[in-house]
Amino acid sequence: MKQLLVFVRKEFYHVFRDRRTLLILFGLPVTQILLFGYALTSEVKNAAISVVDQSKDPATQAITEKVRASTHFNLAYADQTVHQLETRFRRNEIKCALVFPEGFAEALTHTGKARVQILTDGSDPNTATILTNYLSAILTDYIGQQQAGIPYRIDVQTRMLYNPEMNGSMNFIPGVMALIFMIVCTTLTSVSIVREKETGTMEILLVSPFRPVLVLIAKAIPYLALSVINFLLILFLGVVVLDMPLRGNFFLLFGESALFIITCLSLGLMISTIASTQQTAMLISMMGMMLPTILFTGFLFPLENMPRPLQIISNAIPSRWYYLIVKSVMLKGLGFGYVWKETLILAGMATALLLISLKRFTVRLG
Amino acid sequence: MRTLRFLLQKEFRQIFRDRSILPMIFLMPTIQLLILPQAADFDVRSITLAVVDQDHSTYSRQLVSKVLATGYFHLTGMETSYQAALRYVEQDRADLILQIPAGFERKLVRENAQSLFVAIDAINGSKASIGGSYLTSIIGDFNNQIRFKWTGQMPSLLDIVYSHWYNPTKNYKNYMVPGILVLLLTLVGGFLSALNIVREKEIGTIEQINVTPIRKWEFILGKLIPFWVLGLVVFTLGLTIARFVYGIIPLGSIPLLYLFAGVYLIAILGFGLLISTYSQTQLQAMFVAFFFIMIFTLMSGLFTSTDSMPFWARVLSFLTPVTHFIEVVRMIVLKGSTFAEVRNQFGYLVLFAVFLNGWAILNYRKTS
Amino acid sequence: MTPAIVCRNLTKQFGAFRAVDAISFDVQPGEIFGFLGANGAGKTTAMRMLCGLSYPTSGEATVAGYDVYREQEKIKRKIGYMSQKFSLYENLTVRENITFFGGIYGLSDKVLKEKREAMIGTLGLSNEAGKLVGSLPLGWKQKLAFSVAVLHDPAIVFLDEPTGGVDPITRRQFWDLIYAAADRGITVFVTTHYMDEAEYCDRISIMVDGRIEALDAPRLLKERYHAADMQDVFYQLARKAVRSDN
Repeated sequence: MKQLLVFVRKEFYHVFRDRRTLLILFGLPVTQILLFGYALTSEVKNAAISVVDQSKDPATQAITEKVRASTHFNLAYADQTVHQLETRFRRNEIKCALVFPEGFAEALTHTGKARVQILTDGSDPNTATILTNYLSAILTDYIGQQQAGIPYRIDVQTRMLYNPEMNGSMNFIPGVMALIFMIVCTTLTSVSIVREKETGTMEILLVSPFRPVLVLIAKAIPYLALSVINFLLILFLGVVVLDMPLRGNFFLLFGESALFIITCLSLGLMISTIASTQQTAMLISMMGMMLPTILFTGFLFPLENMPRPLQIISNAIPSRWYYLIVKSVMLKGLGFGYVWKETLILAGMATALLLISLKRFTVRLG
Repeated sequence: MRTLRFLLQKEFRQIFRDRSILPMIFLMPTIQLLILPQAADFDVRSITLAVVDQDHSTYSRQLVSKVLATGYFHLTGMETSYQAALRYVEQDRADLILQIPAGFERKLVRENAQSLFVAIDAINGSKASIGGSYLTSIIGDFNNQIRFKWTGQMPSLLDIVYSHWYNPTKNYKNYMVPGILVLLLTLVGGFLSALNIVREKEIGTIEQINVTPIRKWEFILGKLIPFWVLGLVVFTLGLTIARFVYGIIPLGSIPLLYLFAGVYLIAILGFGLLISTYSQTQLQAMFVAFFFIMIFTLMSGLFTSTDSMPFWARVLSFLTPVTHFIEVVRMIVLKGSTFAEVRNQFGYLVLFAVFLNGWAILNYRKTS
Repeated sequence: MTPAIVCRNLTKQFGAFRAVDAISFDVQPGEIFGFLGANGAGKTTAMRMLCGLSYPTSGEATVAGYDVYREQEKIKRKIGYMSQKFSLYENLTVRENITFFGGIYGLSDKVLKEKREAMIGTLGLSNEAGKLVGSLPLGWKQKLAFSVAVLHDPAIVFLDEPTGGVDPITRRQFWDLIYAAADRGITVFVTTHYMDEAEYCDRISIMVDGRIEALDAPRLLKERYHAADMQDVFYQLARKAVRSDN
């Protein structure tokens, strides 16, 4: 036990003397969580729109007013013909357009049916869908107001669960958190061990009378401690600065996060047994991990939309499970009873990774 | 100029001799371009729905079957209490709850107005708003049918015609493939150039270069050109994959695309070289490059629209060369925009290229 | 005749640490000038200033008649340099390395080809000319690095511990190359750890803690310090050093 302490202390010295690594360890997560907490949102605001009003009657004017009042749109142009829109789309001046044909109000009152056209820039399908929805809602709302007096009305009362203010970054923050741990922990552990291999100091440690397990544990402990501090920092920023709720039990979240960090560190250990140079270790843990983590965690793209084989692959990504846990505990306020399955999966992954790396590590020695 | 010839000869030889660089340059983009667009699909397709029918009337059954008939919603459970339905949401098995209160049909007919309750898991914002508005409009339709049945006249309604230009089927791959191609070009160009000069520093060969009368711009150009050529090869590879795997044929002019790719590559390589001149070790260069490329990626509008960002974030996004190139590639490929329509972006990219490379040349010091 | 190197009170300060402390000396054209000192005495730092790799903090110096503050790029046309760390490209072949550096110095294709083949012949590397430099034994690498450093017939060549880690026979051969270069009129400025090599120099200086403590022909130094060999002279001077490697 005393030997282990000596080792751990040495590792702490290493970490704290390397200012740049420390800066990366703390600076990277903080910058990213703030940047993305504020910048990333699934909502669309200020989308430039052009209204082509060929009718110019009270109804079209009332609807145009509603569009102008909406924060989702920026009523940028009023064009005369659909033809003019073509150039606007190609210059990226507008994202969508609303076209009222001649005699709009007249058709609405006399025939009970009026046509209106929504044009969007389909080259960005996501924004196109969202904007179409916003516009339809404005139109439906207008008609609904006109018909409030007609009998047999069904009202829809909508409740937004967990996120009543529709805070757009809520979905992303747990995801970015998972992404950061996944990359920072994995890279630092793998690089720090491979560096000792490269410089030859690993040999010195291994000829000492300590068991290889102890060497590995000692290497991992400082990063575990730092990552836990990192977690607290990110959580603090999320709750205080970005107004994230912490509805569930803090200690449960803390424990789950520690488990996830251990899983990532184990992954780093395993990479270090495969890689022989720092550069390879970096390439595997950064380039190799970044895109799959972004994709398969599920915070950016819905996993259920992916083709079956990719969905299966996503099961192997630890951050996917951690993301589910954070969402359940932090945002929905659920207890352990709801996340035991995910916890078990993470624990299983950590154990398997640790065993494999230990085995590879000892084999190499033999 | 003669010196440049020898520099280029040397750089190309080193690149082609390095067993790890070439696979990274060609294999990684190919694989990622084949896989990523399959995964990057925002379309809200299968929205899961839990129904609490406390009315068990003809109307409630008609409404539920009308909702399910649209195909947007996937029913995960019929429950009798809201609490039971909420458990589906908690377990992530339902996105929405539709609650039809007891006495719905009876009260609707007698009292002329009646409410339905919809609860939405709002953690995922886009799913929440899209799912919510689909459901509301289906209920609106249902309401009109009932009104027609009782009053004999159709309430006035709007016939909304949608038209998604340039991509009528809203195919996500059309949107993602050009974006991912840009991202891969950025990764390959940014990382390789960031590692290049610093590697010569670590090995020590830079000293031998620095005592020669070589000019700084010659040295930087000698580093830049080989990666520029490789970058254009990657770009061509990407366009080929886009053409034959995803069936995306650029609507606009291909020389125009290459013009932009050429300028953009100069900018991003200058960025990498700049990092390289500031770093002491490859590890540092890699971390710094990673830090910026990660920010570039998420701020560039590749995944989420830049319009919805707050003002300061849009400024930041504007100052990112990736943003402009992604925008232009999408415009030229999908909308067939001409040079006149993208000349602003061209100006920005040229500025980035001059600025980043100028800085890199200034910061590369032969004498410390 | 103007001296090849003139150095007056040349100083380099890193924060509070004075790596090179007001050194002054002249080196005559065609001379083999040995620059001795213990590890950390400041030899490499001084040499880097003379090569135009690093700015002096104060003092003056000219190399081949050019000022080390303002005319580094002109100096670089006139000198060759071989650093302590082997710095040819290991993943280029012998022939490719020679071509590259010759090309950088602006040799014409014809001259370059002649010189390259002559050099390969002199070094006895005909069979290895197409092999990667990284695969050569250290001794050969060092000889190749030296030959590349004098390929463009510089006025002065700077050698920083050129024979570190090489066996005695190769070292002897290496010095033959140095003599050959000196015979061609190239001034040689060399740092070394080996005291037997010091004896091969026309004049030597011994640096201790950033200052030059002695400077003369080896024979005269031995007389002055009543020493049997250079080893003894060096011990007497270097013992006074307070700073070491770290």
